[in-house]
Amino acid sequence: MARRQFLGTLTGGFVVGGLGTFTHGEAAEHLRANQMRVLTVFLSGGVSQLETWDPKPKTDTGGPFRAIPTAVPGIHISELLPHTAQHMDKLSLIRSINTKNGDHGKGKYQMLHGRNRMPGIDNPHLGAVLAKGLERPNSGLPGFIRVQAGGRGNDSAYLGPRYSSIGVNGAPPPNSARVASLSAEIDKSRQDLRRRANSRFMSTRRTAETDAYTQTYEQALQLMEKRDVFDVNLEPAKEHERYGTKVDFGRQCLIARRLLENDVPFVQISHTNYDTHNENFNFHLEQMGEFDRPFSTLISDLHERGLMKSTLVVVMSEFGRTPRINARYGRDHWGSAWSICLGGAKVQPGAVIGKTNENGTQVIDREVDHGHLFHTYLSAVGLESTSHFNIAGREVPLADPSRSAISELIS
Amino acid sequence: MDVTKTHIEKDYKADRPLLSCCYALDGAHVFVGCEDYKVWRFKVADGTKVELDTDAWARTLLLVDAGKTLITGGYDGRLIWWDALAEKPASTRTLDAHQGWIRALSVSPDGTTLASVGNDLIVKLWNLADGKLVRELKGHESHIYNVAFHPNGKTLVTGDLYGNIFDWDLTTGEKKRAWKAETLTKYDKGFHAQIGGFRGMVFSPDGTQLVCSGITNVSNAFAGIGNPSVVIFDYAKGEQVIEHLSKGPLQGVAWNVAVHSEKMIVSSSGGRGGYLLFWKPGEKETFHQFKLPSDVRDFALSPDGQYIAAAHANHHLSICKLDAKQA
Repeated sequence: MARRQFLGTLTGGFVVGGLGTFTHGEAAEHLRANQMRVLTVFLSGGVSQLETWDPKPKTDTGGPFRAIPTAVPGIHISELLPHTAQHMDKLSLIRSINTKNGDHGKGKYQMLHGRNRMPGIDNPHLGAVLAKGLERPNSGLPGFIRVQAGGRGNDSAYLGPRYSSIGVNGAPPPNSARVASLSAEIDKSRQDLRRRANSRFMSTRRTAETDAYTQTYEQALQLMEKRDVFDVNLEPAKEHERYGTKVDFGRQCLIARRLLENDVPFVQISHTNYDTHNENFNFHLEQMGEFDRPFSTLISDLHERGLMKSTLVVVMSEFGRTPRINARYGRDHWGSAWSICLGGAKVQPGAVIGKTNENGTQVIDREVDHGHLFHTYLSAVGLESTSHFNIAGREVPLADPSRSAISELIS
Repeated sequence: MDVTKTHIEKDYKADRPLLSCCYALDGAHVFVGCEDYKVWRFKVADGTKVELDTDAWARTLLLVDAGKTLITGGYDGRLIWWDALAEKPASTRTLDAHQGWIRALSVSPDGTTLASVGNDLIVKLWNLADGKLVRELKGHESHIYNVAFHPNGKTLVTGDLYGNIFDWDLTTGEKKRAWKAETLTKYDKGFHAQIGGFRGMVFSPDGTQLVCSGITNVSNAFAGIGNPSVVIFDYAKGEQVIEHLSKGPLQGVAWNVAVHSEKMIVSSSGGRGGYLLFWKPGEKETFHQFKLPSDVRDFALSPDGQYIAAAHANHHLSICKLDAKQA
């Protein structure tokens, strides 16, 4: 992908209200001061809540795995997560999600957009909302980065392409280095000439579009200076070893750490595939085995570097899996009673929200859905989730107005 | 015996789906592992059942000591010795044997040594008399799915998820050689996971052939789309002799395999319905497939070879006679 393409739409499209439009002034200052950021870990296919965060051993739905104690007395999670269990004092669980959905596409949309997908209505991705809400005005880095997949997303809806996702894979963006035949001095002269021309033009005919055009160039230059941020190979070999060299997810976690350390507001990584209609236990054994150590290493590193206080981490999926075990040792789609894990930022550590019944077939306490979760993520990084975007003079709720944050989880 | 006349002679039910199966040496009882975290001993004649509380799913069951002792291998990594034929069977020894699941057991031909394998990638040899660990064999890099002592008692083979078969020299504890069952394993690129492994593994009585079962032709791992397969290897050469497939072909996994004294290979399938499958030596396709009411997750031949006990996903235990109904 060309650098021009990579950045070409960063500042195009709508012009929407700034940070102050959906945070209180004080909160905005707090955000700027604390540089809050978000990491989502998406476990594609529908990870089993029973083989992760809400085990039900010795029940008719429990499967063969045991529950193990964690760093928080009284909280047990699946034995498939022994390393993560040691960091539960930095994390929390929500065990009472009912999204009333068993469709992959709809579920993914729910969890990443905070609302049900409706014909004709396009809502911004959580990453776009947070890229805008947590925007660093002077940063040359994109606000919403997806790790692994390349290209540019079309996921910011009415917030405009400035906040759409950028896909990176651990290497600097292609063509982001100054060509060797162009000396630094000559390049600077070119940019100075461009700036003078822009300045003269804007002195008489300044518009939002010309602002965006100018900003695109400036951001491109800033990005060129920061291209090494994307290069995970600059991390020492021992760091690659710690995260695991055999598993792609380990590399994703290391890339995520690097991006978060460099103050990217929203990073999304993913691990696949958990759609275990067949051999649920064997496959979760494999997949959680890949997930557990890199994820726990990442949490440990964020904690030790003091970044958990400013970084919300959410491990989510599109739904959970049926308590019923089918004839193929599989579990099918289940959005009625499932779980996520989250922590960092303003999330109370070591908390468990909600409860399912003895064999996990129903939520019996503090039922929530994707709308509540979306509010909660925004609140956890200090945004006023019940406020509005100002889209060309029209107020658009930041999150589903019929829902609210899980306030008891937010400190 | 006319196996084309196979029929269900007895049908009994447990409270939960069944996992594993083992015929008592007197032919009067069948042990089944169950998703209720117990093993049940069914009396073949009338279906009365007695519980053995394993406190874990028991994937593998093995009778030793002339059938007087049952050893269960649990998904909790424990080996438990049971007084198998007692009125109320009690555990006589419990070992924390493996980290993670135990997937298979085998006993040496002289009855002195137990081999266990599981998810910790270690083959462990135990003294059956006192339960002491004799030796650990290491080298597998994926979950070990099965194990079989060679009839000569000097070697042992193990097979893992990636389809690797290791041949171990029991006098030295060294891996003598390895080969791969290419058709019994696959990395599903869409699913990002390995599927396959050795669900059944047994030597022919003369030790010239190693008989393995599992799933092949997997086109969709998360839906379990593949065919039951039995692969036979020439043990001396470590080369595949034949792959036995089902007619249809059927969907699912060949969860176990046995070499019948009547010169036939027997297996079972589960995944999209249950079948008993019968092959004649050298013939790729079954000469008979017997449809059962539910997926078969394990089966066992009776000591006299006249019956098969099939453990089903629908909670049922079928006792199938491999012959015509008596008039």
